[in-house]
Amino acid sequence: MTKILKNVHWFNIIVPIIAVILGLLVGAIIMLLTGYNPILAYQSILESVFLQPYYTGETIRAIIPLILTGLAVAFAFRTGLFNIGVEGQLLVGWFAAVAVSLMFSGLPKLILLPLAIIVSALAGGLWGFIPGLLKARLKVHEVIITIMMNYIALYTTNYLIKHFLYAEGEKTPNIPEAASLASTFLSNLTQGSRLHWGIIVALLAALIVWFLLWRTTKGYELRAVGYNPHASRYAGMNVKNNIVLSMVISGALAGVAGSMEGLGTYQYMMINSTFIGIGFNGIAVALLGMNTSIGVIIGAALFAILQTGSITMQSTAGVPTEIVSIIIAVIIFFIGSSYIIRWCLLRVTKGGK
Amino acid sequence: MLKKKMMALATVVTLAGTILSACGGASTSDNSSKKEEKVKIGMVTDLGGVNDKSFNQSAWEGLQSFSKKNDLKAGTKSDDDVRYLQSTQATDYTPNLNQLIHQNFNLVFGVGYLMASDVTKVAQQNPKANLAIIDSVIVDKSNKPLKNVASITFKEEQGSFLVGVVAGLTTKTNKIGFVGGINSELIKKFENGFKAGVKSVNPKAEIYSQYAGAFDAPDKGQAIAATMYGKGADIIYQAAGATGNGVFTEAKSEKKHGKKVWVIGVDRDQYEEGLPENVTLTSMVKRVDKAVNDVSQQTKDGHFPGGQILSFGLKEDGVGIAPSKQNVSKDIINQVNDYKKKIINGSIKVPTTDKEFKAFKS
Repeated sequence: MTKILKNVHWFNIIVPIIAVILGLLVGAIIMLLTGYNPILAYQSILESVFLQPYYTGETIRAIIPLILTGLAVAFAFRTGLFNIGVEGQLLVGWFAAVAVSLMFSGLPKLILLPLAIIVSALAGGLWGFIPGLLKARLKVHEVIITIMMNYIALYTTNYLIKHFLYAEGEKTPNIPEAASLASTFLSNLTQGSRLHWGIIVALLAALIVWFLLWRTTKGYELRAVGYNPHASRYAGMNVKNNIVLSMVISGALAGVAGSMEGLGTYQYMMINSTFIGIGFNGIAVALLGMNTSIGVIIGAALFAILQTGSITMQSTAGVPTEIVSIIIAVIIFFIGSSYIIRWCLLRVTKGGK
Repeated sequence: MLKKKMMALATVVTLAGTILSACGGASTSDNSSKKEEKVKIGMVTDLGGVNDKSFNQSAWEGLQSFSKKNDLKAGTKSDDDVRYLQSTQATDYTPNLNQLIHQNFNLVFGVGYLMASDVTKVAQQNPKANLAIIDSVIVDKSNKPLKNVASITFKEEQGSFLVGVVAGLTTKTNKIGFVGGINSELIKKFENGFKAGVKSVNPKAEIYSQYAGAFDAPDKGQAIAATMYGKGADIIYQAAGATGNGVFTEAKSEKKHGKKVWVIGVDRDQYEEGLPENVTLTSMVKRVDKAVNDVSQQTKDGHFPGGQILSFGLKEDGVGIAPSKQNVSKDIINQVNDYKKKIINGSIKVPTTDKEFKAFKS
């Protein structure tokens, strides 16, 4: 056991698992205290997600944007940047994808669909470029700017929808079929859920991020800047350019996450009165996934299961959806305090000698 | 070292305890007794949640009174006949609606026009399910109402006309304000009905109207109200959801400083929001609860109004003037009742759009 714990690699896997278990336990305690049945609640989550095709489909659909926002946060983390602006970059990408597909609705699917996704990546990338540039050139902290950029994105997209692409019901018109990721095949397979082809895009993005970071020279540079910018500069790397590049790629991933919602789940963009939260959940997914591609996929799956599960938990076990928010918060809390878990583990194993 | 071991042991015992007690909970809840076929009615809230002090809450109150009348159980438990599901994000609308349909609910309400496209899709996927939506009309691609959806709308302009009459007769400065939430077709009905009411009894009155651009920005509501009161208005009608709370805040502080100002509330009887300074002149009530109750009762009696566009106006008691009338004189109430009769019998047609209002004025 101690040998395993001394191995950093193993430790990185154990901590999130323990955090999740503790999160579920605390959730169970809260349910017991408030008079709900935790076994029934967790059982209803598992049953619906794994046994009822409709909810399986909805869960996979919820995974799609979470993988992409998780990757966006993880990518910036690798270069030592904390991109809280994923939410805003997502909204900008969402709007760009919907706007492009409405503007060029006459194009064939083979051109329009990739075009819409690429434009969403460009829009998100631009939204990441601004804080990246300010950080690299003027040393303005990226957390502050990205938070502000979130608000600019939220209200700018609302304004643009309101004045240029308005349809009844506080939203844009529906996108043309040629830009849609929705699939009747996948939908029928899962009893009419909103599962769409975006899952392929998300998994592809995870693969590309892994390849870029771990198999290319540029990726090595990006990570090196994250580990130690001073040493990287000494080694002759252009730290400033790498910071900007990292934010642009991170923003682009978030923008694509937005296009998944626009072209897949909703087929339109609504006027959002507040943030939708997928971007912020991406931060938690990246933390849980220890900023690796495979970890982000697993983390996104867990969050999606909890989110979809909260719907069935509410209806079959009568547990309010707020409980799921608490569980998610507790999981993040324990990951954040991984030091405590490590300390406890070491004490317990030493004691067992 | 021993101390640490003991601590570890204590942790393990606590954890095991919670797991075991959790298991214990499961065995006691196996009372899934079969019940005879009863009517099951559900609703899905929008992001406001069930305690929003506005139409989600009103809809749930309607379902509660329906279940009381019919001896049904209303609550959040899985075996309740009448229940609601809350949505925490916009993606939840469709799964929540589906969830209730999969459980064979006889009628499912989508509360609010933001859910319109979700209700449309779900209704098309489940042609046998009965759905209803509030504040929207559900149509298919050829603009025909879907057969399995009851669309519930309100004639807000009629109720607004009546509070407009009250405002027109009460004002001392002949200046009256209107604060709207988001400039949309829906809120325009409030504005034009109100302006028509004011102008009918007091053609000289000047009306300032302004939109805050949001339903959840009390600070903006307060700023707009301050400007309007500053320009000399003594009554403001707010149709702005939570933004309107700011109008109340401003009115209260104006009154504390000795100015005699009023607010006209919206959706629910907002008399209490105006206390203790007592600034609520009256309110325009929109009876979402009554509409929900009516449609549920019809469904239970086997007359689900699918494919119909139900419009609740003064005649149906769907909109109207609030029951709290302490601050309005008897004489004015009588005039309001006269106008109410005229609207119900059709001799006054209340305008809903800017264009209709222009025609109404001339």
